[in-house]
Amino acid sequence: MFRAVFTSALVLFGIVANPAAAEEAFIIVQSTTSTQNSGLLEFILPGFEAETGIEVRVVAVGTGQAIRNARNGDGDVLLVHAKPAEEAFVAEGWGIERRDVMYNDFVIVGPRSDRAHIKGMTDAAAALTAIANVGATFASRADDSGTHQAEMRLWQNAGIDPTAASGTWYRETGSGMGATLNLAAGMGAYALTDRATWLAFANKGDLAVLVEGDPRLFNQYGVILVNPEKHPGVRAAAGQRFIDWLTGPDGQAAIASYRLEGEQLFFPNAR
Amino acid sequence: MQNFASEFSRATQLVLTGDPDLWAIVVLSLQVSVCAVLISAVIGMPVGAALAVARFPGRRALIILMNALMGFPPVVVGLLVYLMLSRSGPLGVLELLYTPTAMIIAQTVLVTPIIAALTRQVVELLAEEYSEQLRSLGVSRLASVPTLLWDARLALVTALLAGFGRAIAEVGAVIIVGGNINHVTRVMTTTIALETSKGNLALALALGAILIGIAVAVNAMVSALTLRAEQEGLRHA
Repeated sequence: MFRAVFTSALVLFGIVANPAAAEEAFIIVQSTTSTQNSGLLEFILPGFEAETGIEVRVVAVGTGQAIRNARNGDGDVLLVHAKPAEEAFVAEGWGIERRDVMYNDFVIVGPRSDRAHIKGMTDAAAALTAIANVGATFASRADDSGTHQAEMRLWQNAGIDPTAASGTWYRETGSGMGATLNLAAGMGAYALTDRATWLAFANKGDLAVLVEGDPRLFNQYGVILVNPEKHPGVRAAAGQRFIDWLTGPDGQAAIASYRLEGEQLFFPNAR
Repeated sequence: MQNFASEFSRATQLVLTGDPDLWAIVVLSLQVSVCAVLISAVIGMPVGAALAVARFPGRRALIILMNALMGFPPVVVGLLVYLMLSRSGPLGVLELLYTPTAMIIAQTVLVTPIIAALTRQVVELLAEEYSEQLRSLGVSRLASVPTLLWDARLALVTALLAGFGRAIAEVGAVIIVGGNINHVTRVMTTTIALETSKGNLALALALGAILIGIAVAVNAMVSALTLRAEQEGLRHA
């Protein structure tokens, strides 16, 4: 019996270990949860893979973590949404060049009872001020993601330091967008979310979009090739091909054609 | 709240109709965890048995350390393995990060202390029982390790199953070193985490039920094998 178990172990290990070693035509893209959870990447990537034979392996984490992983060389392409952090990444030499890919917007969601009376407001900073003034529960990502960085810029605009209230009405979840929305739905809290994740999110509960349309809620996605001079293992040629496709006519058209329940989630704007 | 019953029947249907994506995820979960358990057994059982019979200064401390490592947080193991396998890490040239092999390594680190600690306990009891015989045969303590392991084999199956339970259920380590890449490193637990983050709570729960079902099936299979081995042992005796 033990010999049989051992033999099957070797067979199993062979099966598991081989695909990684044999396949070379793939790239690793460090991206954010919003591009994956919304279904966008699953929709557009088969087109690129069929055209080039290059498999795209997506690691979806928060923008902050994606940038740190890319800095360690654990990815060939970075596709995230925090422009200042992306520009710093390139300026420090970790990435080659940053290109715009697409945009959508952030929205402030909250319970329909809306204790802070922010429904219909178009000034996001004023809405946050109203939430802080009544001490209504607000769920923050607090994970250095692109959405969290956008949220912190808005608090700065409002002239409020919400972290002083951390643990009272300001709840720092330290988790992804989905986990934070689950929490907000569970406790009837306000939250800032990107519209794509929101539309694809299935556990909305009593939450609804309350604030939208402020130009400061603009959410730009950028793409960067990780610098092969910093990390010789980077698959630069295949990575560049992916970037060229994503920012070229085919990729841009694919992004524009993705719809969820009839609604367009991402708007291509590569130049 | 979504309708759990309908989501559950949807998930069950996916399994029963042989949905290729879901089956690939189930199979990969089993491959990774079974590999990790077997490698852990090859390392952990001799180490545990040696600790059971050997006498040296610091042995007590080593046993305490090993027992404590049974509670090693998976996220910490994931981070350690990530730092080793990252292109910036010492083993970066192997290009193992975000592969099933990386997940096997992480689970092996998690499971080995469990198997070693449980083996130590089983073998120590057996060694006490056998000590007269082994001494009369003039077998040294360490040389008796293979005999003891063989005679304890049925009890050691439980150690393997405990290790398997830990491996198949953990998510913290494999999501860091595997990256939850679709069709490459996505396993049951990371799928459940992903569906939860999409707000598909009922589907996530249904997948969890399937995972439990797999664990029950594996345990039942091993239990049947053990029972048969026991009966054969009785017939030979």
